[in-house]
Amino acid sequence: MLEKDTNLLINMRGVSKHYRGVQALNGVDFSIAKGEIHCLVGENGSGKSTLIKIISGVEQPDDETVIEIDSQVLQHRHSIDAIRQGIEVIYQDLSLFPNLTVAENIALAQTISSESRFINWQQLHKIAEEAMERVQVQIPLSKLVGELSVADQQLIAICRALTSNVRLLILDEPTAALTRREIESLFRVIKDLQIKGIATLFVSHKLDEVLTIAERVTILRDGTRIGTFLSAEMNYERLTFLMTGMKLQSAKYSYKPSTDRPLLEVCGLCKYGQFSEISFKLWPGEILGITGLLGSGRSELAQALFGMNRPDGGEVFIRGSNVVLRSVRQAIAKGVGYVPENRLVQGLVMQQSVGKNVIITTIEKSIRNLRLLDKKKVQDTIEHWVTALNIKVPSIDASVQTLSGGNQQRVVLAKWLATKPKILILDGPTMGIDIAAKSSIHELVRQLASSGMGIILISDEVSEVVNNCNRILVMHRGRILREFQTKSTSEEDVQSFVNNTD
Amino acid sequence: MKDLFRHHETFVLIILILVSIVITAINPSYFTLENLFDLLRNYSFLGIFAVGVTFVLISGGIDISFTAIASVAEYIMAFLVIKYGGNTMMAFMIAAVVGTGLGMLNAVLIYCLKIPSIITTIATLNIYYGLLTVMSGGKWIYAFPSGFRTFATVRVFTLINYNGASYGLSIITVIWILVIICAWITLRYTTLGRSIYAMGGNPSAARRVGFNIFRVQIFVYSFMGFTAGLAGFVQALVLQTVAPNSIVGKELDVVAAVVLGGSSLAGGVGTISGTILGVALIAIMNNGLTLLRISSFWYNVVIGLVILLSVTFSSFRHRLSPRGVNRLIGEIGGKP
Repeated sequence: MLEKDTNLLINMRGVSKHYRGVQALNGVDFSIAKGEIHCLVGENGSGKSTLIKIISGVEQPDDETVIEIDSQVLQHRHSIDAIRQGIEVIYQDLSLFPNLTVAENIALAQTISSESRFINWQQLHKIAEEAMERVQVQIPLSKLVGELSVADQQLIAICRALTSNVRLLILDEPTAALTRREIESLFRVIKDLQIKGIATLFVSHKLDEVLTIAERVTILRDGTRIGTFLSAEMNYERLTFLMTGMKLQSAKYSYKPSTDRPLLEVCGLCKYGQFSEISFKLWPGEILGITGLLGSGRSELAQALFGMNRPDGGEVFIRGSNVVLRSVRQAIAKGVGYVPENRLVQGLVMQQSVGKNVIITTIEKSIRNLRLLDKKKVQDTIEHWVTALNIKVPSIDASVQTLSGGNQQRVVLAKWLATKPKILILDGPTMGIDIAAKSSIHELVRQLASSGMGIILISDEVSEVVNNCNRILVMHRGRILREFQTKSTSEEDVQSFVNNTD
Repeated sequence: MKDLFRHHETFVLIILILVSIVITAINPSYFTLENLFDLLRNYSFLGIFAVGVTFVLISGGIDISFTAIASVAEYIMAFLVIKYGGNTMMAFMIAAVVGTGLGMLNAVLIYCLKIPSIITTIATLNIYYGLLTVMSGGKWIYAFPSGFRTFATVRVFTLINYNGASYGLSIITVIWILVIICAWITLRYTTLGRSIYAMGGNPSAARRVGFNIFRVQIFVYSFMGFTAGLAGFVQALVLQTVAPNSIVGKELDVVAAVVLGGSSLAGGVGTISGTILGVALIAIMNNGLTLLRISSFWYNVVIGLVILLSVTFSSFRHRLSPRGVNRLIGEIGGKP
């Protein structure tokens, strides 16, 4: 261990925190050296966010905790103290103001902390320019942040952190919405900052990224520290094992053809500017993977098959009969279900209860005479799916926003399974959820497929499609470039093919 | 040029000019300085309200109770000034203090009870107005001190028209202009002003970055109350009588003017220049319909259509821009 080292920026011993009877953190030792790139990994609920909140002063740890910053023991730290100590957190939602300019977003925090009453626009622009120079990016200062891409917004958030005298930058799931190329340039920025002596604490679910960028990795599980390791001595399997405490089986999905009549047949489907000449078949019991870089047209295709995005040409056959999908209602009636990529935006009504979210697609089936709802039936349906999918909720009346990512994704699944689809399109079903939740969703998908459903699994994680599908289509710029049979391919083959498409 | 068309204000200005051309073509007495100064004086009342409402909308809230605040402030002012005597300055102070106080009460209620601002202010509208009706018994107040009456006729400069009648820039318009200048400087050049935008754009981020949300909210609603008190004062100056029920009911006219000027009900967006244009458009159309001898009953229909057109057009432009969609998604994602 690196303890007693004057090189340590922050050194915490015995960090504990409990909330109303729940022990979120239990005696965690944690340290970050000056200029280090450190990763924090762990499942949802392992205490990562609590630890970040304690480091950033948002939450107060329990009494026995010792926090040293620059070898000084500190107590009762609040956010403002953490900021003065040079600790900045960039949350997943970036906390930017879409209606303000780039310059303001970068420089405003400093203006507030300087407690000046008036805004000096020239100075504001100067501060912003200096910050952007430090990460070597060029974004027009008077542009509104709401008009930028997510990657640029992230850079703005980093620039804002740099305007204060930052020494530790905490990034919470920074790569969730970025393309591979954008991730690379983000990593370059982090390495650049390291040269300038700025440490980074990086929280991510994507373990391959963790291993690329980090010098040390700290693993949390159930509120305790499993260990801190040099990432050079780590590999993917070991990391997974330490995080979840179990070996995850990764047998490929095997599919045995049972019929010669395809469930879905797509012939020459095209939509101007999105995709063209899309033809493929899907048999019952299959899990068909579609992968490709962000912007390859895969989500647009999925939406077309679900009646949300009307194609310009081509034909779709479901169980042999030609169908025209003009609306979601029609698609549901034809037995198509769709779990969208961004479950928060498209899939769930966040403030509403789990039960209401589950029943929303099939509420019509519970209507009795006089157009009244059959409460008993509604209740039964909800309970059936909550049990069937093993959704962990305190009660079906709990609002969806209180659930963890994995459970939220299950609620979306339940909602569509309730429509009893024959074809289920899953678009990035495990995006942003942790490994154990991920593998249980994969397990569920396999079960559904083996019960005769045809599943289209869209994902940008090649490992996900290779391990869970029997066939893979690689899309690029709106076309299907190649089809792989996963039985006879390795992850590396597919990955290198995808990388070379660009 | 291209930059100019990114702004909602440009479109309101174009509509304004088009409407003016049409009216002038039919009735040349529209396009005269006399009519202009007249309009400025008559619409200062609405315009002062509109500045306050702009602040509230930018901050992401809404206030419906300002007409009731204005009524209460106006009535208390008139009552005290007539009963105990006092000059115009005193009257102004009373109206401003009462207005600011009631506005502040709104802010405290919204913050402490955590109820949406629209509900809170609908409630306080009824409470303030109801109490006023009960206490005053609905009685009108006349007989302001003579100083109050002469002050209302003060002009910064006076011109004489060909009929020998005098006209000019009224002191009442000057009050509005002062409010505009203060508001503009606050929004553009103070940390507080930018905090209002920040809070309206992303409230949870504003809290995290270290803005004092409560203080900003207190300011916004107090300022709304202050402008309401001022509007009550101006109304009394213009009419020289005070009727408890003369202001309540005009809320939506004001909100309409502000929305026409480009402020968003979703918060974070709005400018003082836009609001001035919005008020101007409402004023000119009302005035124009009168000059064109069209029944005033048509006024509401026309205003409704103009609001629909202008707001649709503005949001359509957003949808056309390539980042518009992203932005929309960002907004939904950012504010769960």
